[in-house]
Amino acid sequence: MAFSVLASGGPNCKIFSGCGFPAPGAEIFQFDAILSFSIGGLTFNVSKVTFLLLLAVVVIIGFFGYAFRKPKLVPRGAQNVGELGYLFIRDGIVKETIGKGGEKFVPFLFSFFFLVWILNFWGIVPGAQLPVTSIFAIPVTFAIIVYVTWVPLGIYKQGFVGFFKNIMFPPGVPKGMYILLTPIELISNFLVRPFTHAVRLFANMFAGHLLLATFSIAAFYLLTFSVIGIIGSAASFTLAVMLTAFEAFIQALQAYIFTLLAAVYIGSALHAEH
Amino acid sequence: MFKFATILAAESEEMPSVLAVPLDELIIGLIAFLLVFGTLAKFVLPKIKATLDERADLIEGGLERAGKAEEEAAVVLAEYQKQLAGAREEASAIRTAAQADRTAIVDEARNEARIAAASVTATAEAAMAAERAQAVSALTRQVGELALSLADKVVGEALSDDARVASTVDAFIADLERAAAK
Repeated sequence: MAFSVLASGGPNCKIFSGCGFPAPGAEIFQFDAILSFSIGGLTFNVSKVTFLLLLAVVVIIGFFGYAFRKPKLVPRGAQNVGELGYLFIRDGIVKETIGKGGEKFVPFLFSFFFLVWILNFWGIVPGAQLPVTSIFAIPVTFAIIVYVTWVPLGIYKQGFVGFFKNIMFPPGVPKGMYILLTPIELISNFLVRPFTHAVRLFANMFAGHLLLATFSIAAFYLLTFSVIGIIGSAASFTLAVMLTAFEAFIQALQAYIFTLLAAVYIGSALHAEH
Repeated sequence: MFKFATILAAESEEMPSVLAVPLDELIIGLIAFLLVFGTLAKFVLPKIKATLDERADLIEGGLERAGKAEEEAAVVLAEYQKQLAGAREEASAIRTAAQADRTAIVDEARNEARIAAASVTATAEAAMAAERAQAVSALTRQVGELALSLADKVVGEALSDDARVASTVDAFIADLERAAAK
């Protein structure tokens, strides 16, 4: 938070000092490239985002690799925690939404849940303080991966015609309704679905981060020897702390929702229902 | 690629839009996911899946074994109860037989005792009768001889071999006997 403050207005930007409130904006989601290199004409910018992304990969592989290095029938320590995560995905998400034939997708959804969660979690880790999923490209990547998984899977499982028929012509509807329903289903399932899938995660993390930054900056900006300054600063600081706790909850929830939706999409590809 | 992104980006010229999706970030995101997914799916999660399956099997197997043991116990119990009932029946039969034997033995002993007593009584009676008869005949002879010697002395006649004397004696004795009988 303090880093954002310094970046936004400088250490001397305070209330009553002729400096307007340096409200955080899009710039707190922009990071300079530490390193740039080019492969095949495409420039890769290695920045804080890249670093936190790879750190999340290392943390996840490191933790679960350690927890499940030699799994015992009677779990102890880290294995207990890891198993809790595995059972949460397997029993809480896959069995509930996909059901039969879902076991194969546990690693896929497991990877998504923990990757998204840790990337979200960087938002409240001191020093990191950036939910990587608030960088739009990251949720977009994940939504694309889910999309290019469930659509071909549906075509493979139900046949090209069957798959599109099951989605565009849901059974149990009066025939005339299809004039209305078919375009809606087509648009909502194939165009809106991946978009909302990415934006839901992005917007939640983006807004949360912006809120945290705003109140943190306000706490610093208002901190002067005046009644308004002290009260306002204390209130802002309290709010920032509360919002941090709230963000911790939202981070886990959004990771869960993202994974749950991915499971629902895969489920709809595996079994034609409605 | 994303039109809205470029429109938003165009509004603020100095900063790229927050909705920009640069290709390099897409690729880095993809690599990050593939690293996590590849490692977990290939090396990490199969191990825990196998362990969980094994545990489930073990628990199910344990339940099955417990069920089997229970069944076996029920069979053994039934057999035991059957044996117990048989033993009880046998014991009661033995008891009944013993009772019958006892009654028979007691009856037999009683009979034997009765027979023995009867024979003792009979023997005693016979002996008494014989003694009495002997006493009577001895007494008769002695009385006869006494009377004869008395008569001999009174009459002074030697009547020993006389048939008349004998008949007189006999008559006398008969009289005596009759008196004795009375």
